[in-house]
Amino acid sequence: MPVSLLWAVDVYGRVFSLSTGGQQWEHCCDAVLEFKRLTAVQQCCWGIACDHHIYLNVHASDVPIRYQEEAYENQRWNPVDNFSDRLLPSDRWQWSDITGLEHKPLDGFLLPSTNWEWEGDWYIDENFGGEPTEKGGWTYAIDFPATYTIDKKWNSCVRRRRWIRYRRYKATDTWAKIPSEGQSGPLPDPFNDISCGGWEISEEPRGRLSLWAVSLQGKVWFRGGIHHHTPEGMSWEEVSLPGEVVQISCGPGDLVWAVLWEGQLIVREGITRDCPQGSSWVVVDSPNPEVGTIHVAVGVSVVWAVTKDNKVWFRRGINSHNPCGSGWIGMVGEMVMISVGLNDQVWAISREDRAVYFRQGVTSTELSGKAWKAVSVPRDGDIRPNSSTSTSSLHSAGCFFSGEVRAQSVMSEDSDTEADPQRAVHEVGASVSSPPSVHLSNDPEAPKPRIPKVTSDSFISEMLSDRETKRDGAAATSIPEEEVTPGDAEAKSPPPALVLSPSQSGGPGDPQWSTVDLEEAQTHLAVGPAAGRGDSSDTCSLSSVVTCMLGLEGLYGPDDHPLWAWVSGGGCAVDCHTQLNWFNSVTALTSSIQAMSLSVSPAQTAAWRKQIFEQLNERSKREIDNFKHYEQAIEQSVWVKKGTMQWWRDWKPHKWVDVRFALEQFSGPEGHKDGIVFLYYNFNEEKKYLHAFINEVTILVPVLNDSKHTFAIYTAERTKQRWPIKLAAATEMEMHDWLALLSVSCCDSRGIQGPPSKQAIWSITCKGDIFVSEPWPSLEACPYPTPCDQMFWRQVGGHLRLVECNSVGVVWGLGYDHTAWVYTGGYGGGFFQGLASSTDNIFTQTDVKSVYIYENQRWNPVTGYTSRGLPTDRYMWSDATGLHECTKASTKPPSPHWTWVTEWAVDYGVSGGTDREGWQYAADFPTSYHGYKTLKDFVRRRRWARKCKLTTTGPWQEVPPIPLSDVTILPCGDQSVVEQIPLWAISNKGDVLCRLGVTLLTPAGTSWLHVGTDQPFKSISIGGASQVWAIARDGSAFYRGSVSTQNPAGDCWYHIPSPARQKLKQVSVGRTSVYTVDENGNLWYRQGLTPSYPQGSSWEHISNNVRKVSVGPLDQVWIIADKVQGSHSLSCGTVCHRLGVQPMEPKGQAWDYGIGGGWDHITVRGNNIEAPRVRMPSLTDALRPPSTLAARPLPAGNTENGNAVQC
Amino acid sequence: MADDKDVLRDVWFGRIPTCFTLYQDEVTEREAEPFYLLLPRVSYLTLVTDKVKKHFLKVMKAEDVEEIWFEYEGTPLKWHYPIGLLFDLHASNTSLPWSITVHFKNFPERDLLHCPCNSVIEAHFMSSIKEADALKHKSQVINDMQKKDHKQLWMGLQNDKFDQFWAINRKLMEYPTEEGGFRYIPFRIYLTMSDRPFIQKLFRPISPDGHTHTLGDLLKEVYPVAIASDDEAKRYQVVIHGIEPLLETPLQWLSEHLSHPDNFLHISVIPAPSD
Repeated sequence: MPVSLLWAVDVYGRVFSLSTGGQQWEHCCDAVLEFKRLTAVQQCCWGIACDHHIYLNVHASDVPIRYQEEAYENQRWNPVDNFSDRLLPSDRWQWSDITGLEHKPLDGFLLPSTNWEWEGDWYIDENFGGEPTEKGGWTYAIDFPATYTIDKKWNSCVRRRRWIRYRRYKATDTWAKIPSEGQSGPLPDPFNDISCGGWEISEEPRGRLSLWAVSLQGKVWFRGGIHHHTPEGMSWEEVSLPGEVVQISCGPGDLVWAVLWEGQLIVREGITRDCPQGSSWVVVDSPNPEVGTIHVAVGVSVVWAVTKDNKVWFRRGINSHNPCGSGWIGMVGEMVMISVGLNDQVWAISREDRAVYFRQGVTSTELSGKAWKAVSVPRDGDIRPNSSTSTSSLHSAGCFFSGEVRAQSVMSEDSDTEADPQRAVHEVGASVSSPPSVHLSNDPEAPKPRIPKVTSDSFISEMLSDRETKRDGAAATSIPEEEVTPGDAEAKSPPPALVLSPSQSGGPGDPQWSTVDLEEAQTHLAVGPAAGRGDSSDTCSLSSVVTCMLGLEGLYGPDDHPLWAWVSGGGCAVDCHTQLNWFNSVTALTSSIQAMSLSVSPAQTAAWRKQIFEQLNERSKREIDNFKHYEQAIEQSVWVKKGTMQWWRDWKPHKWVDVRFALEQFSGPEGHKDGIVFLYYNFNEEKKYLHAFINEVTILVPVLNDSKHTFAIYTAERTKQRWPIKLAAATEMEMHDWLALLSVSCCDSRGIQGPPSKQAIWSITCKGDIFVSEPWPSLEACPYPTPCDQMFWRQVGGHLRLVECNSVGVVWGLGYDHTAWVYTGGYGGGFFQGLASSTDNIFTQTDVKSVYIYENQRWNPVTGYTSRGLPTDRYMWSDATGLHECTKASTKPPSPHWTWVTEWAVDYGVSGGTDREGWQYAADFPTSYHGYKTLKDFVRRRRWARKCKLTTTGPWQEVPPIPLSDVTILPCGDQSVVEQIPLWAISNKGDVLCRLGVTLLTPAGTSWLHVGTDQPFKSISIGGASQVWAIARDGSAFYRGSVSTQNPAGDCWYHIPSPARQKLKQVSVGRTSVYTVDENGNLWYRQGLTPSYPQGSSWEHISNNVRKVSVGPLDQVWIIADKVQGSHSLSCGTVCHRLGVQPMEPKGQAWDYGIGGGWDHITVRGNNIEAPRVRMPSLTDALRPPSTLAARPLPAGNTENGNAVQC
Repeated sequence: MADDKDVLRDVWFGRIPTCFTLYQDEVTEREAEPFYLLLPRVSYLTLVTDKVKKHFLKVMKAEDVEEIWFEYEGTPLKWHYPIGLLFDLHASNTSLPWSITVHFKNFPERDLLHCPCNSVIEAHFMSSIKEADALKHKSQVINDMQKKDHKQLWMGLQNDKFDQFWAINRKLMEYPTEEGGFRYIPFRIYLTMSDRPFIQKLFRPISPDGHTHTLGDLLKEVYPVAIASDDEAKRYQVVIHGIEPLLETPLQWLSEHLSHPDNFLHISVIPAPSD
């Protein structure tokens, strides 16, 4: 789960945030003002400052908020001037919007506020509906308004072109003032309360929010027009009220409650997608008629309230049909305010100690939770002079590990050179203050000689404390007062220890002391007075960090916690399963350090573990290696596992029959384990069996559906026939046991164990199951490659929609919910438990997808549209095809692994558009639908969506926060050592992104670099020599120029015309080959690519029925093909391999068919194993792993003995 | 980087090369050749010495044969200790193969238990597993298992079937993640020079304040003598499966990975070699 923030304000008005992955309150240093209240959502935080104005803090993202302004330049032809801006009087403006109705001169475009900036100047858009135009970008037509074309014809009388310019929201991670402007001038009175929410009401426009505010006079204002592209919103609208409101709360959905001055509550009704501000209020009585309510907080389907006596109340019976609920339940605890966050999680500030509490155990079934638990983490402002040693080294440790590099401040240098006697005293004082009990202000008169203790632990911290005091040395004088009276006149600046001296003026309150890093400390130490001891620094640095962290324990007693005034969890994504490190600071710190690096976890590299591995190795050398000729005490025997299953029988009529199933395992020659699976069945009263050798099984595929626990066993022969052995186990558990056992057995027989190699070929089925195959060199051999139906695939835990890899072992995957995942180097997970799974590197993975059903209606003259269709019509509730009935009640999640997480809701995001109720109209079923009703439309349909969620485990870790729709990694050549591995991606909004900091050790990288485009993109691929190709959503292709190691993002896009009348869908770039797939399933090869002209010249058609293509680092071509004929059946989604691809013949000759159907994705971009050039039989045999079958003749009819299958 | 799973394999497939010789006073018809065998470290002597018995019986008269027992340098070897433990305890730091003397007479009733058949070993093995699970999970896991699962554990050990054994045993090694480990660690500490057979106490993998207990913590608590203080030379070796894990090794990890099939962590504390 991505890291998100909990926001809070303390009683001095200082703003803090606490990260779900963090262990301390971070002071929001930018808040130069004190704040009264905050309301946070995931992308931003709104607040009311002490000046009663509203401020907005939009969290910075790697993808900036940018808005495209456009204007059209219109021209008409006349015989004198040719095309000129002299238009007819009846014509449109010379500069207009797209409709031509509005005058839009370029200089008339103004930035909406000072929070925006222009990205560049106006330029001409030369892309017209996916096709490049001539220079100048003109499109021609006979007259305005008409259809425009690229070609200038004899009758083209008018032309126009599109100018575009981007503006960018710049006020991210800072508090930007929102003007208190209503529709008719400034608002009459200042604000008193604020609440933000409503993002679940509608997904369009994206990032839409509702902001409700209460003024001092008790009026309620609604701010409209807030969405992704206008984060500040448009203007305030007053909402009429039955009384005076003191406080308001808005949930993520359509729930809005407010508290009246008199203590009753009011509930907003009529909030819908079209009317987010609702229509009317309903009054609800206070829980206790004697004691009025003072505070209310709402979530998706919960309402919490606090009465004047600080009692907490939970509202019963809230749901989308009944926003008022049915009754109050008193809860334990006395609170001053409550905040409801995502997933209806609850935070509160207690009356007694003013600490922030988290409600534990809130689940969707138990919304009221179980108990309050205090959030006990230190605040980064808690630093006192006497404890600066330990604390600062803690911070430095944090910075050191997180790899955050910040420039050393010049200001500290200034204060360093300052000759300040006070400072000297302070410095000395601090240097002897290693035991925290020595209080600086208590013994300033003891200028002891600077003899640091040289025990290794204290050494680094000692040096750090030295630095510390130099840094904030000048501030030393003010510290004692600050400590005594925090929050008085001086409290405007950040917390006590942060106070900057006048000499450091101009600094934006940046806490320099928190960015001390150890490396710097060490260099400092080497040149400093203590240079003689520099050698010991390396060895002691780590231990000192650890010591300091543990030493922190005592520093934050509960009494030290300042008082909190307000908390907002609206942006804090936790649920009852989230492991929060907020409740015990010590363990939290250690765990956080373990979690910091993905690939090198300290547990893995711990000395004790290494020692055990080494000693076990030595032991086997000592005790076994020299005595291998000794007899074994226990003779190996056969081990049989038996069970009963159902089998989808091979002959017609196909049906499930009961069979006995057995796996016999034995040690084969060369010590490899091997086995045979037997399937005993009855045919015509006769006992028969069917068997398959474990070493001939190529893949085991779980085929979960909602009725049976099915899996399929393929051999090369069965793959050819497109007819696997299909078996169903009685329970899911049994199926998983068998799958895990058979899988281990298959891997053993082929001598495969541990994680997949870097060259592995990854593929994904349409169920999201992940498979991986170890490529043989002979796979790409020419002219006699190993048939790809002999490839052995094993499953890897997790659930993905897409996976991409490269030959150095960086693997990324994308889920159905567009979450990005990086491969951790483990294996197993999912149903592979125990031995078949690695211990480390397995994490929980979730995925969410939508299930769609259609509501169909037919028009009749009497009643209009009704759910009564013609007898010949489709089901009134159906799937997309209309052939299957799918009602809301009967539709189940795709498999038992999925559980519903939302209710059915109308889906407005259907291609073709919908009306306000989500309907699409058509003349009859089944035709093309449009989003508006015409006279000729007799039927209509609308799509309902319901989200379901799957939770599994696998060797994957999330790469937050940007959801992606495509990703590509440079397929590094065989020997090339690339420091930074180029990785490009497309966000699910279509932004092109370039990942920085991807290396072997940090496969997840560090941050995204946004690469500007004029339109959303959908597919991207980077190939040899850093050629980047991409496909835009309108189906056009683009080549990115000048991408190199020095310039990882390149400089500009070159528009490449698509094949005639085709919209491209996907691209893959190998060493030199560029292949694309279009929306009609055609595979295209780019002709004429040369180093000097990498864009190439034309597209050549290679094949049809192609769904996806993956071109490898050796230009090998693999696809997912549809409509592949097998001897038993036709399959869709089959892995295919292009044969005959050679340097001089990159297009290859024919297809070889591999595993399928039901496959959705393949990537061969890790496989850089060169095939043997000259095929000497002896050579290739030697190259194969001894256990593979490739060298043996193809087993004929291995699955068809027992003579029954012929029938 | 090797995976933790490899440790399980290494532990399971640990072998000790052994040379069996017949006791000189045994009456034989002709001279008895020594018998060489690779003994599984995790198994039991009487379970894996059928071949040895057969070999020596060939040269003996039936009437001279009583119950077989084994002895190393004068010490009768307890069959109910795992072989690896016997070796570590009595014969580590000696040259290989391990030389064991075979007796068919004068069964040392005071030192050894009788082992008339394999079902005695099975009973002993299963009772160890049950005891270990009582410590780890209040017996909940073992009691939830079916009879055939118990059998599979035993058959796995008897037939040296790693997968068969671990398919079941992994359930015994699970614990609730929020607790961070077993309730108590099933361990036994053996001392060569003590009259006590072994030390066994209740010891948790996690301290009350949430710290992970290490092997060092255990020894400090249970047998502090084993840990050399900084200034003195190492007097004892702490050996598990023929290796000396570092004292900072987490105990929970050891219990999961270096336990014997009987689910106990058998720790030998032996005098450090003087050289």
